[in-house]
Amino acid sequence: MARVSSNRGIGRKGWLYTLGAGVVSLAYFFPVFYIISTAFKTRVDALAMPIRFIFTPTLDNFYSVFVRASTEGGAGTETGFGLYFFNSVFIGGSSVFIALIIGTAAAYGFSRFPLRGNDTYLFIILTTRMLPPIIAIIPIFVLFRVFSLSGSYTGIIALYTAFNLPFSIWMVKSFFDDLDRDIEDAARMDGSSEWSVFWKICLPQIMAGLAATFVFAVILTWNEFLFALMLTGTQTRTVPVALARTIGGQVGVDWGLMSAIETLFIIPVVIVTFLLQGQLLRGVTFGTIRK
Amino acid sequence: MSRDHCSVASNGFLMTVTASTARPTAEARSRSGPIAWLMSPDRRGPLLIAPAIATLLIVNIFPLMWSFGLSFFEYKANRITPPVFKGLANYADLFTDPEIWARFQNTAIIVVGSVALQLVVGFFLALLFAQEFPLRRYLLMLVLSPMMLSLSAVGVFFKLFYDPTLGFISRIISMFTQDTFVILSTPTRAIIAIVVADAWMWSPFVMLLVLAGLVSVPKYLYEAAEIDRAGPWRRFRTITFPYIKSLLLLALLFRTIETFKIFDIVYLLTEGGPGSSTETASVYVYRLAFQFFRTSQASALGYVMLFAVIVLTSLYLYGIQSRKEVEI
Repeated sequence: MARVSSNRGIGRKGWLYTLGAGVVSLAYFFPVFYIISTAFKTRVDALAMPIRFIFTPTLDNFYSVFVRASTEGGAGTETGFGLYFFNSVFIGGSSVFIALIIGTAAAYGFSRFPLRGNDTYLFIILTTRMLPPIIAIIPIFVLFRVFSLSGSYTGIIALYTAFNLPFSIWMVKSFFDDLDRDIEDAARMDGSSEWSVFWKICLPQIMAGLAATFVFAVILTWNEFLFALMLTGTQTRTVPVALARTIGGQVGVDWGLMSAIETLFIIPVVIVTFLLQGQLLRGVTFGTIRK
Repeated sequence: MSRDHCSVASNGFLMTVTASTARPTAEARSRSGPIAWLMSPDRRGPLLIAPAIATLLIVNIFPLMWSFGLSFFEYKANRITPPVFKGLANYADLFTDPEIWARFQNTAIIVVGSVALQLVVGFFLALLFAQEFPLRRYLLMLVLSPMMLSLSAVGVFFKLFYDPTLGFISRIISMFTQDTFVILSTPTRAIIAIVVADAWMWSPFVMLLVLAGLVSVPKYLYEAAEIDRAGPWRRFRTITFPYIKSLLLLALLFRTIETFKIFDIVYLLTEGGPGSSTETASVYVYRLAFQFFRTSQASALGYVMLFAVIVLTSLYLYGIQSRKEVEI
């Protein structure tokens, strides 16, 4: 139970832990590993049982994510996945960007100029995020039809902006709350305007936090399925929806292809997980738990 | 307008207005205009949060209110007939309909099973990763990655893993049972399949929270316990556990809220089958709303779920608050 005290150094006991943790982590990671390795397998290797760990890697699956070979021969046809990847990035990126601007302003307000009933506002804001998305989708679906927004970028970006706003506000507020107020007060005493206190003192200090918030929100949006399923059209479809539709399409599911799509989708996420390990706890709890 | 001229002038927003004009007459005019009214220090808070509140009102709160109203009407989104007022009839139907209770039971079973499994697995993973050992940071990344996947990807690929002939999970299970494993063959199997997929994905979340608690235990307490020759169980119960207790509770609440809403994994893995034995409340609302087009009943059921989530969220925030107070 007690941790190895660091002054004793990490000897053989440390490496024993590495071995144990290694076995556990690899077992835990196996499903993800399976997806990534299947992406590099030929159709025969992908379906072979028992699982083949040694195989000749191929990039065919990644190629056919974007271009599907025609069965009659001749030139392959576009699968549209280039567009879906673009949509995922574009819709996710722009909605998070807008949400972060509005959210940072609000977070600064909530943190530095508390209103009467500040906590109530924050609670309502968090609730809009915690509510089952299925409730929100019913009226939004109908309203989108009324304003003919379904299948448009404007509609889904507006929706995702609102979807990301509570997260951005809570996260960014947690970073503002952590700052040392003395520096700001000292600047105010020296005659700095509120405007420059915000731009020159507060904001530069939370830049890393803003970056982390941006990345988390992009991943959440990137992974969102239900709203995208209901509200995107053929031109604005995102990758999770396209992935789920691919499975329903043909007779035999091409798992190599599916894995290649997913691999392209998760590699950025795995890299981000590694880079943001220190902020992960805050990220997954909407900034409510910091340490 | 201003009680103290100096303090207003030294305050930011007015400063920028007045500095550019730099004439006392203009200053006097701008201080009484609508812009000056907006820029007054009293309105800084409201002004900063206004865009956020406006966005949420338009995109979130207004549609919610609209569907809340709808839940008192008889309305089908695929018909052009105008809504007919029914009062509380939709809600009354909910509480007498055995179908709905069955859906809530399914949800409850999945929530209890999955959250319990997440807590146990997450807890032991945290104990392991609280140690210091070489390559810890890299191995931790492997364990954390499932949490960052998309729910839809987990749904799609666990469908493959559970596939009777191609899936490796089914293969491993059938090695022990000498029988092909088909998840949709019995309700129990389907529920276990969902619980395992969901718990696999979210155990790292519990681990992160518990790990934060374990790291915050001051080392001198363990050293003191060593002097007192306290056994491992005693050390855990009296030193470690108090530090992770509140975080375990928060993990429990947070995961309960999230799992209660479970949709993607169920929808992609079992589609609620076999029969309706794994159909959760969210999936049922989806079916009501978009397959049977009983829009108003779906809204009413949605609000029952919302109420549950609001209660759980306030408990969660209460937990956060009391944890902060303990720390201070």
